This record gives sequence, C-alpha cells and structure tokens, in this order.
Amino acid sequence: MFDRLEEITKAEQETAGRFDHTVDVCVAAGCMSSQSVAIKEALEKEVEAHGQGHRCRVRGTGCMGLCAAGPLITVDAEKPGEIMYKQVTVGDAADIVASLDSTPVERLRCRTDVPFFQRQKKIALENSGLIDPERIEEYIAREGYSGLMRALTEMSPSDVIDEVVASGLRGRGGGGYPTGLKWTTVAKSDGDVKYVICNADEGDPGAFMDRSVLESDPHRILEGMAIAGYAIGASQGYVYVRGEYPTAVARLKTAIRQARRANMLGSGIGGTLFNFHVDIRLGAGAFVCGEETALIASIEGKRGTPRPRPPYPAEFGLWGRPTLINNVETFANIAPIIRNGGDWYARIGSGASKGTKVFALAGSIINTGLIEVPMGTPLREIVYEIGGGISGGGECKAIQTGGPSGGCIPAGYFDTPVDYESLSALGSIMGSGGMIVMDESASMVDVARYFMEFCMTESCGRCVPCRVGTVHMHNILDKFSRHEATPHDLELLEKLCDMVRNTSLCGLGQTAPNPVMSTLRYFRDEYMDCMMPELNGAERVGELMEVAR
Amino acid sequence: MKRPFKTRIKTLKIDGIDVGAREDETILELAQENDIFIPTLCHLEGVHDVGSCRLCLVEVRGTNKLLPACMTYAEEGMEVITNSERLQAYRRQVLDLLFSERNHVCSVCVSNGHCELQWLAGKLGISHVGVPYLYPQLEVDASHRYYSYDPNRCILCTRCVRVCDEIEGAHTWDVMGRGVECLVISDLNQPWGTAESCTRCGKCVQVCPTGALFNKGRAVAEMTKRRDFLPYLQTMREGRK
Repeated sequence: MFDRLEEITKAEQETAGRFDHTVDVCVAAGCMSSQSVAIKEALEKEVEAHGQGHRCRVRGTGCMGLCAAGPLITVDAEKPGEIMYKQVTVGDAADIVASLDSTPVERLRCRTDVPFFQRQKKIALENSGLIDPERIEEYIAREGYSGLMRALTEMSPSDVIDEVVASGLRGRGGGGYPTGLKWTTVAKSDGDVKYVICNADEGDPGAFMDRSVLESDPHRILEGMAIAGYAIGASQGYVYVRGEYPTAVARLKTAIRQARRANMLGSGIGGTLFNFHVDIRLGAGAFVCGEETALIASIEGKRGTPRPRPPYPAEFGLWGRPTLINNVETFANIAPIIRNGGDWYARIGSGASKGTKVFALAGSIINTGLIEVPMGTPLREIVYEIGGGISGGGECKAIQTGGPSGGCIPAGYFDTPVDYESLSALGSIMGSGGMIVMDESASMVDVARYFMEFCMTESCGRCVPCRVGTVHMHNILDKFSRHEATPHDLELLEKLCDMVRNTSLCGLGQTAPNPVMSTLRYFRDEYMDCMMPELNGAERVGELMEVAR
Repeated sequence: MKRPFKTRIKTLKIDGIDVGAREDETILELAQENDIFIPTLCHLEGVHDVGSCRLCLVEVRGTNKLLPACMTYAEEGMEVITNSERLQAYRRQVLDLLFSERNHVCSVCVSNGHCELQWLAGKLGISHVGVPYLYPQLEVDASHRYYSYDPNRCILCTRCVRVCDEIEGAHTWDVMGRGVECLVISDLNQPWGTAESCTRCGKCVQVCPTGALFNKGRAVAEMTKRRDFLPYLQTMREGRK
C-alpha cells in the first residue's frame, strides 16, 4: 500500500513540476468572508486570458495564518522566491498574473521575513495554506496517510499507544489530560465495540483553531482518528462539528468521500484487516455540547446535558460503550507523532507541556490570526513579536485565555511561558487556544460580565448552582457596570463564585466563575471604581466593608 | 483472570462510622441505611439518578472535588464526610438559589406544611434568602381534568420526567429551554389536558417534592402526597414476577 501512496506522491510532483507558477488563494473562512473565492475565479480567468493555463495554476488552499491581512495569496509557496500578497481585491488579479514572470507587485507585498512567520513552528498546521483541502492527492504528497499505513503495517496497537505516551501529548481541548493515558484506558476497557469521537464543537468566543484545521487540512483529522481507532480497537468514529461551520463540514464530507475511495477509510484499509468508518454529526448551537458527556448525549439523539463523571466515557461512553474523545487539534498532532516518533515530539515544548500549540489571536492586536508556537513560548513574544503589538499603538492591558472557562492575565505577567501549569497558576487556563488581547481602553468588569452572560445563556439548566448562580452573578456584574454596586454585592459575588465553582455538575459551571475571579484578583480596583458613586472613596468603601463583615 | 465472585463487598467510613456495602450501593443509600442524614431533592428511589440538585454533595478524603452522594459508589477504605461546615454552607446556598429562582410563596401554596423544599429549608436552618428574588412570570396550567401544574413552584428536579418515562412509560413530561429559562413541559409544550401521551396515572403528582404538581380541588396546605407510592408500586410489580 505504501507503493500506492508513493505513486500518488510521484504523480502529484510531476503535475506540480509541469507548472512554472502556482498561485495559492486562501479559501478558509476568514479570507472567504472578504471575497477570496471571487478573487480566485478572477485569477483563473486572467491566467486563461494571458494564455498561461499550461504553465500557471491557481489553487484554493487553507488558512495562511495572518487573517488580519486577508485575503491572502501566495505565489510559488514551495519555491525559494516565495511571494505573499495581502488585502488583495478582485481588481488586483490582472496585475498579479502579469507580474508572474517579472517583479512582484510591490503595493500588495506582505513581508514573510517578520517574526509572525519566522517564529512559528508548525506541526498541526504543517499543511495549512500549502495544500488544497479538497484534494486527497495533495495531502498524500505531503506524507499524508503514511503515518496510518506505518501504524497498520509495522506497529501493534500497543506500539501506537506507546508512541503517543512517549510524545507527552496532552489534550488540546482545554483540560490538558495526557492523551496517551486516555488511549490506554479506552484500550483496556472491556467491550468488543468501541468508538472514537472527534470533538469539533469549538464554542469559545474568539477561538477558531479547530475550524481552521478542519477547513485547511481535513484529512489530517481522519488519519489521526483512524490511527486512534486502530490503537484502541474501534471501527467507528464520529466527528461532532458545530453546525455554524458549514465550510468545515463540507470539506470534511469531501475528505471522507475521498478517503473512502482511496481505501484510507472504510473496510480493509490499505489492504489490511482493519476497518474504520467515520460519520459526521452536527451540533445545533449549544456550547455545553463541547463537554464530553453532553456531546455523547447529543450524538445519541438526546438533550445535550452533561452527567456526573465517573463513569468516564473511557468506560461508559457512546451507547454505553468505551469511547475515546479527543479534540480536533489533538488528532491533528497524531499523524506526525506516528510518522516521526514520540521522542521527536517530546523534544519540542517545555516541562510537562510538550509539542506545539495553536492559538487564535484576536482583539486589539495587529496580527490577528492563527499561530502555532512551541509550548513554553512567553506571552510577551506572542503578543509583541509574533502578534506585532497592540493595534492603535496603545499599551496592552491583559490577555484573556481559555474563553469563558479561562481568565485574564495582566501585562505584568507577560514573561510567563505559555504552558498548562503556568497558566493555571495565574488563575487562567490554556483552554482550547483562544487569546483575546485587550488594550487599556478595555473595562475588566465588562469583560467579566460578557463572559458571565455567555455562561448564563449557555448553561444547560440541569444543576442548580450553574442554572441560577450564573444569573445572580451576571446581575451583580451588571450592577457594577451601571455603577450601582455596593460592598455587599462584591461580597455576594465572591461567595457565589466559590459556590458555583465547587458545586456545579460539569466543567461549564465549575469554570464559569474563572473570568470573574481572575479579574477580581488582578483588577480589584476597577471593581471598586464601579461601586455606587456616593460610596466611591477608597476609605469609605473600606469602612463599609468592615460594617458588612 | 475472571473474578470468582459476582458482587464485591466493601467497607468504608461515613462520618466516622464503619459501614459495610455492596459495590453497587451509593453513598446516599448507605447513609440512609445507617440513619445518616444527607439532604436531597432530586433523588427518587426507583428511578435513575441525575445528580442535579447538588444538595447531597459530600467530601471524600483524598479528593478536592465534592461528589454527589446519589451517584458515588462505595469503594474500599473510602472516608466520607457528609456534614462539614463547608457542605452545610453550600447546601444553604443551593436552597437560597432555588427559592430565588421561582415564586415560592408558602402561605398560598397547596403543599404548605407538606413540602420537601420547605421542610429542608427548616431542617438546614434557612432564616432568610441571601440573594435577590428573580420573580419570573410563569403561567399555571390547569387544563388537566384531575391535576394542575404550577411552574412557579417547580425546582426542576425532573422527578416527574423520570417517573413518567421510566415507571409509567408514557414520557409525557420533559424539559425544554436552557439555563434559567428551562421549563418542564408536557408533550410538545402544549396544555397538559391536551397531552395525548398522558395516562392520568398521577405518579408525577405523588413524587413532586413541592406544590408544582397537585390534585385539583385542594386548597392551601391541603395537598399531602403519598411518598410511599413508588416503593409500593415497585414491591407489587416485583412480587408479580
């Protein structure tokens, strides 16, 4: 079967060799929203009009990372003289095609020698922006599915798990649970039927890593899931994608169809005895369905509410069977780990956090977009070097990581390396990888209120603390925003935070107070400033706090 | 290797008392068996547990997490604490939140004096509600021939949903909406009287801990519920087998 993969690779290279120039247009959601599909069509027309069709090709590719400068176009991405163009419009197509054999169009040039491109290390995103996500051949030509074939032909299921354990990979969905350990537990669970689920119900505000991976390189997820299926003994997988990602769903469907046809999914994969089928299940817009037990209930066709664990899905999951649930980005790292070995992966990163992490930079930052950096990269480097600093030239006040389950990290802590332990020590979490950068104009009380409103409306309503506690916390934060809060409100808010965190049923409730608690920890003054004006002297507030006690 | 025994027996400590247990018994069952009081509102013997009221949370030595007694199984050497100051404070807060969520006015309630929520509040020493009331506007459904449903008194314990589904097999009740907007509804959110799946058995009414579901024709404090209803039914069914 390796021969078959090699044949496809060779054919692809020959095809690529026939063209002198390749023009890649980003057709992931960010650039698509600024007309990149129309630009691609215009480029194709121009190429034909110039009679260059035989030596120039125009491809739609996945995300190139720098979403702020979209629509992005690269010319001859894999040749030495790579050129990137930013903020291209339909009208620029003629100039770009005309410039192919001469000097590049300077007014559109996007420099690629800047830290944004140079400081990244891409593993999960290694093919993003370099291949057409709708063609399996291009994925195969970049070593695609060779990890799966290696696992199936040269390794036993326990060898595969050993590699994942050795890699030190941890769950990229937020919890950071060791992936190898999770695979071991599912592999050891009793049962002749097991399931693999890919959690693509990405719902944190400001996070778009999973969407981008699915849109840019869907085969990578399928390969990772098939390897997982082989390792734990499952023959059925489900990708649970949120319905708000139509492009990702369409590309995933195409990828599944192509993989089946190429015998990389389905029965007797690659001529071996291993069967693995993948189906898509669509979420209907509930944030809580990203919680694994709620996600399982949703796939089963029930109301998407979590249940207490244990039993964990590893023992009692989908339809009561042992189930492995991993996040999109976790699966995206599997194929390279099998291809290059767990030790190779474990050499990247720092301490107990190995490998790289994809982050979605959003907010008041110049280079809004998607980055992948080694674990342990300091926040300062991410914001000021890779991110290019604060838009509008202001000072950065804080970064919100981990979405509604995370917290705000103030500028004073920017030398902290980004890894699971350091972020939780600061009262935030790694989360799925959303990073919202805020400048000095941001009100921390409003940030806390926004996330609490999100948790309040996304609570499933099953347990009392989350259902009612979030409403009260939101109402109190609302009072702060209206400058009507009293010291009693602050006391009550802190009490509710503690209670909701410790008594809620699932992760949504247990982490809902995090944005409030972290802003109270670092920006307590702002809460004080939001007290009722007549109370607004620090001394007076202190007095009243004494009385309240 | 296959285990030579079917169900293992465990020994553990609850509040310092040594307890013997089958491995399929929960902490809540064991506590009740040994006359240790753990409050609960959503647990109902005979239907599956959901762990949603969070009143039965207990501390288990060796873990920082509080665990719901109704869904935590006995383990060898476990040390359970059911009544620490911290747990009592959380339980009072849970009741605070429940009272503030809907319109619980005991003085005009059919279940006044026979209400589990009211009794528990007294038992746990609630003297006042520490959070502002939310005062939602909810309509009473009196369309059924025998019973009425007043969502203002509902605490979303879902006992009615589970008993209707698992014991009666009708699944007339279910929950709609999200978060604080959740509402127990009959069939496809239609008046109870028009719900075709309802068999009028009244099990939901008997298991409802508050006055949310009650027999028609009862005035204030007149609605007493038959708490032995479900165990009786189960005994009769098992006896028939």
